[in-house]
Formats: sequence, structure tokens, C-alpha cells
Amino acid sequence: MGPLDIAHFLAGFVVLLSFSLLYQDRLPPLINTFAAQSLVLALSVAWQAQTQHAPHLLITAGIELGFKTVLIPLVLYWTIRNLKIHRTVEIVVGVGPTIIAGIALVGLSAGLMLRAAAGVGGLAHQDMAFALSVVLLGMLMMVTRRNAVSQVIGFMSIENGLVLAATGARGMPFVVETCVAFSVLVALIVIGIFLFRIRERFDSVDLALIDSFRGERS
Amino acid sequence: MNWLVYPAALVLLLPMAGAFLLALIPSYRVGAWINMIAAGCTFLASLGLLTVRTAGSHGLLFVDDLNVAFVVITSLVGFTTAVFSKGYIGHQIETGHLQRPHLRFYHALFQILLGAMNLALLTSITGVMWAAIEIATLVTVLMVGVYRSHEALEAAWKYFILSSVGIALALFGTILVYMVAQPVLGEGLPAMTWEKLAAHAGSYDPMLSSVAFVFILLGYGTKAGLFPIHAWLPDAHAEGPTPVSAMLSGLLLNVAIYAILRFKMLFAGSLGIIAPGTMMVTLGLASVIFAGLMLYRRRDIKRFFAYSSIEHMGIIAFAFGIGGPLANFAGLLHMAMHSLTKSGLFFAVGHIIRVKGSQKFDAIGGLTSSHPMLGWTFVACVVAIAGLPPFGLFTSEFLVMTAAVNANPLLALGLAVGLLLSLGALFQCLHRVAFGAPRGELGRDEGTLLPVLVHLAIVLGFGIFIPGEIVSWFQHVARMLG
Repeated sequence: MGPLDIAHFLAGFVVLLSFSLLYQDRLPPLINTFAAQSLVLALSVAWQAQTQHAPHLLITAGIELGFKTVLIPLVLYWTIRNLKIHRTVEIVVGVGPTIIAGIALVGLSAGLMLRAAAGVGGLAHQDMAFALSVVLLGMLMMVTRRNAVSQVIGFMSIENGLVLAATGARGMPFVVETCVAFSVLVALIVIGIFLFRIRERFDSVDLALIDSFRGERS
Repeated sequence: MNWLVYPAALVLLLPMAGAFLLALIPSYRVGAWINMIAAGCTFLASLGLLTVRTAGSHGLLFVDDLNVAFVVITSLVGFTTAVFSKGYIGHQIETGHLQRPHLRFYHALFQILLGAMNLALLTSITGVMWAAIEIATLVTVLMVGVYRSHEALEAAWKYFILSSVGIALALFGTILVYMVAQPVLGEGLPAMTWEKLAAHAGSYDPMLSSVAFVFILLGYGTKAGLFPIHAWLPDAHAEGPTPVSAMLSGLLLNVAIYAILRFKMLFAGSLGIIAPGTMMVTLGLASVIFAGLMLYRRRDIKRFFAYSSIEHMGIIAFAFGIGGPLANFAGLLHMAMHSLTKSGLFFAVGHIIRVKGSQKFDAIGGLTSSHPMLGWTFVACVVAIAGLPPFGLFTSEFLVMTAAVNANPLLALGLAVGLLLSLGALFQCLHRVAFGAPRGELGRDEGTLLPVLVHLAIVLGFGIFIPGEIVSWFQHVARMLG
């Protein structure tokens, strides 16, 4: 396999794990799948660092590995144990239709990016197609899931897609990677506080419970 | 290095220093004073930017006529909001609506928000602008949830989820813009710097430019509350504390529009792409009409004016979408006037909530007879936000309409329908709130109305006479926007 093939193999693997996130029906495997996706992403970023001769990307890979593959899954496990969150994932749309919608989204992003970015140079545009797929699948997950933890995982898998995009764009300044890493950290703090606040008042973090208190319906 | 840098750096450093100091101070009362003083100093520093408005880039910062205008407005409204917030939040604590421990970092967050918005406006790097807007969003999420009620938590969570998706789209767009610029400008930082990007506008790959702009528009459009992706906005405005509603409507929405404008400048000149303007006109018009319809049958006064903000963001997107010197001028004027009017209006609404102890329309009525000063100030604010003479929004809406008629009479018709719809709803609101027999509690209004009156005076001044210097300034920016 040439260097391009390996980059594509890893990026494709990330997309595949996004699909896998879509059909998990319990929280622990969902968290594990997310950790696996982050791990493959870390490998992919490390590979890009190698082929682009951009050693600073190794830092991004390190953040992916340490932060998203290890730390965040541990914190999430800790959260569901301490908050006694229901371990099943409540879904809004069934798994079958969700997967079909996911396939359509991947087809869309491949069709769009392969055509649109064709002028930009060999390696980059296929990577962008994979990255956009991951972003769109993450969004799909956010809209088809009901409880907060799985929505948060959906959000973080969107961030994974963005890291894939940022590292696929050749020579993109390090600014963006730091921003993403930083924002994940901040986002987690916010989420943590939120989960706690919600816990203060409600018995579960199922957002449907909160939905019944819509301001409009008083 | 130019001495101009100093005011530009000051409007960033002062809020940061303020935030640091405020994070250390546990007392609410002292914090409120420091917050006010820090915001006041930031405003003075922003006036320093006004004195010399030469365009130029200084490392990470970048100054031109477009962003200076917004920095001054942001700092002014930030200062008046700090003044209003001091009395309002104090009152909410006294009445037990807010608990002190939950407000521990309120003022520090206030300053971080102010600093992040100024950073988004002044930075010369696309990625930094994105990060600054993300920081501003996260800070406002925390501020919206400060009441800790079911509704406030739901609003904050909804805001967080939707704006995260928006932010993700915007980052993807930012990365695509880098990829578009990279073949022209080479690898590295130049392909993310506004000045360099703008210098080569028109030479980018048309197809990828279109895709990039779609992501930018949807991403930052979420933050600006444009129609299909606005759902967070009414909840966040209604459930957050009133000073935060004023900052959201008056400032943060403007910053999001500013981001869209910067990117539009890059791609407007490219041939063979889906014109950025067309997309903005569509989203804008949809927002105006949708918000016009949603303004009816609201039960909550803050939610009502949140929909009015969606309408005005729609008008602004519509104006810049049409483009050309006249429409751009109108759009800029509308942004400035809407900022001042809407934040002033929220201050007035804050006073009403103080007096009535509720933000439901059912509990508010006959203000002009029970509280003449507050009632008539509110009437003036609503007349101003409706775009009626003699206030500044009349001038800008009139110019938008003129530009729309010139561009395409059908578009003008659509806009007119939206504007009339909201006009009707605003009159209905006036009728319920300001006139008739007094309804609800009759508390005394102790706070100062000065911030509202200052905003109204400026808006009235602009409605009657716009100084020549400001006209030529805005005309220059309008030409820049293409």
C-alpha cells in the first residue's frame, strides 16, 4: 500500500466507526466505539504528520490519543455511574432508517467534495469527503438520539470529523488544531457543569423530560 | 509598529484583565462596580480607535473601517449593559429570583464575553475569529442557564447543542476557505489572514468557494439566528437574564453577521459560483416573513422581542445579500441602529419585569397610566424598533426597501409583507402592554432609565440627521463590501 492508500484506509475506518456509533443501543458500547474512533483518528493524524513532514501534527495526534481516547471515555463512564443514568440509548428514529439516512449522507458528501475540491490537489479532496461524512453522521446522531450523553458523543464525533478535515488540508497552521483541542476541553467543562445542573433538578439526563417544560406552553 | 495598535490591544486586554480581577472577587456589589468601570474603560479605549482609522494589520490584529465601527458599538452597548445589569441583577437577588452562589462568576463571564466579541472583530486570522466566537458562545450558554430553572436549563442546553452544530459547520467552512486559498497563497498562515485573502479575492476556485460559503453561511447563520436554524434564539432570550438578552440581540448576532460579511467579501468577486448574495437574500427574506408570523400570539414579552431580532437579522442579511453601495450602506446602518435600539428595548423590558414581577403579557398592561415615564419610554422604543420615523431604523429600512425595489420589485414586495406583519404585531404588543387599564402588580420602578434614554437619543439623532463624516465612513465600508 502506498502512503495515500494508508491515509484513505484510516480515514475510511473513521467513517465506518461513525456508522457503528449510529447503531449502538447501550451507553457503554457507545462510549467504547467513540474511543475506538478517536484512536483510529489519532493514527490517521500521526500518519498525516509522517507524510506531510509536519511534526507538529504529532501533538494533535497525542491530544486525540490522550484526551479523547482515554480521558473523556473515562469521565463519561464515571458520569453515568455517578449520576445513575439509564444505560440504554433512547432513540427518536429507528436504527434502520437512521443507517439509510447515514448512507445517503455519505453518498452526498462524497459526491459533493470529490467534485467540488477536484481542483485542489490529489490527496486533499478525498480526505475532505471522508471528513464531511463524519461531520454529517455526527449531526445525524445528535438529532436521532434523545439522552444528553449520546448527544454529547455525537458532538464529539463531529469534532473528530473536523480534526480529520484540518489535518487533511496541507500545511494548515497549527492554530486550528489547538483551537479544536482547546474547544473540546472547554466544551467538556460546559457539558460537565450542565450534566450536573440537570442532575440537580431531574432524575435523569433524558432531554425529553426537560422538553415538557417548554417556556411557550406555560 | 504603529501606535494605533494600542487602543486595539486595549479593547482586548481591558476585558481580560477585568475578567481576571472579577473572578477573584466574591462580592456581588463590588463586582458590579468593577464590571461597570472595566466596561467603561473598554468603551473609552474603543473611542481611541476612532481617532485614527487607518487600515492596517499588526500581527494578529487587523483594523479597518468595517471592524472599528462594530468595536465601538460593541463597547458602547457593553458599557450601558453593565450599568443596567448592576441594578437589574441586584434587584433579582433581593427578590430571591437569583441566588448569589450561581452568580459567582457572572461578572467575569460578562467581561470574557465582551473581550471575545472584540477579539472576533479585530483579529486578522480566520481561525482565531472562529475560536473567539466559540468562546463567546460558551460563555453565553453559562449565562443563559444562570436562573437554574427547568426552562433556563432547557434553553441553555438547546442553545448549546444548536450553536455547537453551527460552530462545527463554521469551522468546516473555515477549513474549506483555507483549502480554497492554499493553491493561490501557498501553505501556512497567509491563507488564513484577512488582508492576504482579500487581496486575492476573485482568483479562487469557484466550485469549492461556493461550498465553503454555504458552510460559513449556515454555520455563522446559526449564531445570527437566521430562519431555518434560529430555534435556540427565542428560548435563550426568554430564559436568560435580561442583560444577557440585550447582549445577545444587540451584539453577538452582529458579530456573527460580521463574520459572514468578511467571507462574503472574499467570494463576491469570483465568477461562475453561486452568488453568496443570492443565498443571503433567500435566508434573510425567509427570516423576515417567518419572524413576522411568529410575532403573533406570543405570551412572553422577551420571547416576543427575540422573534423581532430574528426579523431584523433577516433584514440585515437581505440588505447585504442584495449588495451594492446603497444596500450595503443600509445594512450597516441597520446593524448599528438595531444594536442600540434592541438592547435599549431589552433594558426597558427589564424595568417592566422588575415592576410587574413577571414577563408574561397577561401580567403586564396599561403601563403609560401606571408608570408614565417607563411606559412612554417603552412606547418610544417599540416605535423605534418598528422602523417608524423619526428614529434611525426608519432611515435604514427605507434605504433597504429602495435598494430592493431597484434590484427586483418582487423581492421588495416580499420584504414589505414581512415588515407589515411585524408592524401589526408590534402595535398589538403596544396596545396590550402600554395602553388600557393597568394590569398586574404595581411595583415601584427604582432603577435608572438612563441607559435606555442614551440609546434612544442616539437612535433618534441618527433618524433626524446623520453626520457627514459618518455617512462618508459608512459609504467607504459599503464600497469595500462590494
